[in-house]
Amino acid sequence: MNQRQKEEYLREYGILKSEGKPFFPYAVAKDSLMACIVMLVIILASLTLGVELGAKANPATTSYEPRPEWYFFFLFELLRVIKPPSVVPLATIGIPTLCMILLFLLPFYDRGPERRPERRPIATLTGIFVIGAMFYLTWSGAHAGSPYALEWKTPNAVIKAGPAAVAKFEAGRKAIASTGCEACHKIGENGNPGPGPPLTEIGARIPAEGIARTLVNPTAPMPSFKGLPAKKFEDIVFFLSHLK
Amino acid sequence: MPKLPPPPIPPALKPPPKRPEEGNGKLTPLDTAAEAGTSVVNWVDERTSLSGAVRWMMFRKVPKGTNWFYTLGSATMFAFLSQAITGVFLAMYYRPDVSGGAYESIRYVTNDVFLGSFVRGMHKWGASVMVVLVFLHMGRTFFFGAYKYPRELNWVIGVVLLILTMTMSFTGYLLPFDERAYWATIVGVNINGTGPLIGPYLSDFLRAGPEFGATTLSRFYAIHMMLVPGLIAALIGAHLYLVAKLGTTAPPWLKAKQDPELKKTEA
Repeated sequence: MNQRQKEEYLREYGILKSEGKPFFPYAVAKDSLMACIVMLVIILASLTLGVELGAKANPATTSYEPRPEWYFFFLFELLRVIKPPSVVPLATIGIPTLCMILLFLLPFYDRGPERRPERRPIATLTGIFVIGAMFYLTWSGAHAGSPYALEWKTPNAVIKAGPAAVAKFEAGRKAIASTGCEACHKIGENGNPGPGPPLTEIGARIPAEGIARTLVNPTAPMPSFKGLPAKKFEDIVFFLSHLK
Repeated sequence: MPKLPPPPIPPALKPPPKRPEEGNGKLTPLDTAAEAGTSVVNWVDERTSLSGAVRWMMFRKVPKGTNWFYTLGSATMFAFLSQAITGVFLAMYYRPDVSGGAYESIRYVTNDVFLGSFVRGMHKWGASVMVVLVFLHMGRTFFFGAYKYPRELNWVIGVVLLILTMTMSFTGYLLPFDERAYWATIVGVNINGTGPLIGPYLSDFLRAGPEFGATTLSRFYAIHMMLVPGLIAALIGAHLYLVAKLGTTAPPWLKAKQDPELKKTEA
């Protein structure tokens, strides 16, 4: 905006303002009604949805599924969908930081005098796109599992073995994801590259009994998993032994 | 004999009410009592001159066409006030103690304190409501082009308030210290640590060391209860001052009618 446009705006605004109504009581009445609605929504949410308190935090636990508050789902989902480790920092901090900087500086790079949304197509479309992206990421974040959700195609050998084996394999996949193995092991594209060895082809290297023995009696710093429910333990061993 | 009620005279013909200084010149105690409010306000105003500021704030004009979208900002502030009040009640019971005190105090509030789970619910869901309102308010400002000259600085303050609101929600999430709170915060702090340049320092600061330990919780507690709420309150003050100083925008599609006098001189 150049000086002329600024003065034009201020003059125009001055006229519109002088035609307006005083803040008290007209705007105050609307604001108060809105405040009552907000209060009502909060009270109703508290009464109907309530609060929960989970089990006490246990740093030694081996089964957890970290989930943030729902309005952080879009950030969480960014972490989940971007798997290659080299670009993970970009997703987790780079994109949000960039968005924050762009948001901060908005009035300094968008300096045109036009204010009507339909005459600022780039700004309006960008805004709609960002809102859409955040909605989409929040939605998919709400439906996704933990950031350690494990994506794995059921191998043909398991499919041939019948539906019971497929179900067991599937249960094992879920158990692995909820047990947090991927915090230290890489399984295909999933999980962190260390400190544990990759498990992508573990079934080809160690027989099922060996895997079970390692889970019960591991090398430090890996924790022992003998405390897991027997069914979950079996599913995990079944899953790992079929990673070939 | 009982007195008849006065006849229905039109208001214009009614005798004017007596002025206090009329009559015998002396104030009856009843008159003094009736004037009490005014005299208190006068007393305060004589010493503070606040009436000017109040008049400036309350009787400024809002432009024509101001609609319901313009209530989102004050609604956000109201949600913040609700959070502050419910937060004070929760703080009366909360103990930032990792070794079980934190969890136990929240369990006590939720299960045993009268209306405790209700107030905790208001605080929890009030956070969601506040975040939603912040985003709606920001969306309105964005699509109406209200961040443009001369309100750029107010946009910047608003973005800081958005970040502070998210910080509140992140730090508050840990305080109940159940499984979900603990692990979500571990992941959150680790995500911070992967950031460029300041990332590792930021997560060390949040954890109060390289490991999640006993002081982490009290650090989150102090940030959540003292640092950020103070900043938010101060910045809301600045935000409001600028709103009153610059005026709220008119909807962008409104154009002022050309002043006929001005048109004559231009022609």
